Amino acid sequence: MVVSILERWHAALVGQSPVAIATVIQGPGTGGKVLVSPEDHVGSAGNEDLDRAIIEGARAMLEGGKTGTAHYGPRGQRRMEDVAVFIQSFAPPPKMYVFGAIDFASAVARIGKFMGYRVTVCDARAVFATRDRFPSADEIVVAWPDEFLKTAEVDKRTVICVLTHDPKFDVPVLKAALETPAGYIGAMGSRRTHDNRTARLKEEGITDEELARISSPVGLDIGSRTPEETAVAIAGEIIAQRTGHSGGRLAERSGPIHAQEPDTATSPDARDAERSAAEAAVRER
Amino acid sequence: MNPVVDKVAKWREEDKKVAMATVVKVERSGPLGPGTSMAVSEDGQVAGSVSGGCVEPAVYEEAMEAIESGRPKLLTYGISDDEAFGVGLTCGGIVHIFVERVDW
Repeated sequence: MVVSILERWHAALVGQSPVAIATVIQGPGTGGKVLVSPEDHVGSAGNEDLDRAIIEGARAMLEGGKTGTAHYGPRGQRRMEDVAVFIQSFAPPPKMYVFGAIDFASAVARIGKFMGYRVTVCDARAVFATRDRFPSADEIVVAWPDEFLKTAEVDKRTVICVLTHDPKFDVPVLKAALETPAGYIGAMGSRRTHDNRTARLKEEGITDEELARISSPVGLDIGSRTPEETAVAIAGEIIAQRTGHSGGRLAERSGPIHAQEPDTATSPDARDAERSAAEAAVRER
Repeated sequence: MNPVVDKVAKWREEDKKVAMATVVKVERSGPLGPGTSMAVSEDGQVAGSVSGGCVEPAVYEEAMEAIESGRPKLLTYGISDDEAFGVGLTCGGIVHIFVERVDW
């Protein structure tokens, strides 16, 4: 039996394997569809040359988890605009690693799931790292955090939350985190814990530049108290860090709410600065 | 799991005709980004959405038409300025939506 594009698409989503869907939305062959996986493809946009160009383009976009429209000539030529192809990437969910099996971790694991992360909770203490305490986590690991992180899969979309606030665990796991390409590294703790931890990390040879990658103390400044409120502050910071926004109140800002390129956005601060500079230039004239 | 694709797969298994509407481009402000989709089955069930509720009724009609004709269509919805009852987005954005029958 021939497997349809829909069946393959559905199976890839269920199995969390990466897949891109390319659809001709304008020009000759509108409605043509190609499913592209890292290994193979199903379907055609009309002719082999165009298919080849689309498959190559879709694989590149899939690698970066990007969705958007690409343009080609009728036979896949570059720098031509005849055929518009909408390419949609379906990458597996990004990963969140939560270290320290405390109440705050439970709330962070829950909000991580809510945001679409695949959540792993890790703690060296078997009595705390239990399924009962973390019903929403995808995976619970009893191991030394730094040892586990060294073997874990980490990419640019990965979020690492270190909530142990005990230097004995914090310092080694943060050192291991800094060796990964993780997009967000957060470390919980009071100002005092933060100062103490920073000093220890410096003693271990961590540079200021590396330290700047760690969000510590973790979270946006919204006055959180409870584990749930703290999780919201951390979630807000994770999003703001990814989009390059600063996390203030929209009511106190002007300018667009959504950036055109969600993941490479100009921050509202930068936009405000640009606008004032432009206004100043007009005044000078 | 993508709930819209999940529904589409289920409807197709039940041998229902289905159309999908997908946001392919958003200009200026818009509530949902490219890739967001809505599916409609021939018996009138709907899964997902393509805006904050502003253009869904119009897209529903277009989807029903695509189920009938099998012809894909690229639609554009903008601001509903002076037409008090016209279809548009109150947020000031422009969305481009591709509607197609699922026969692939």
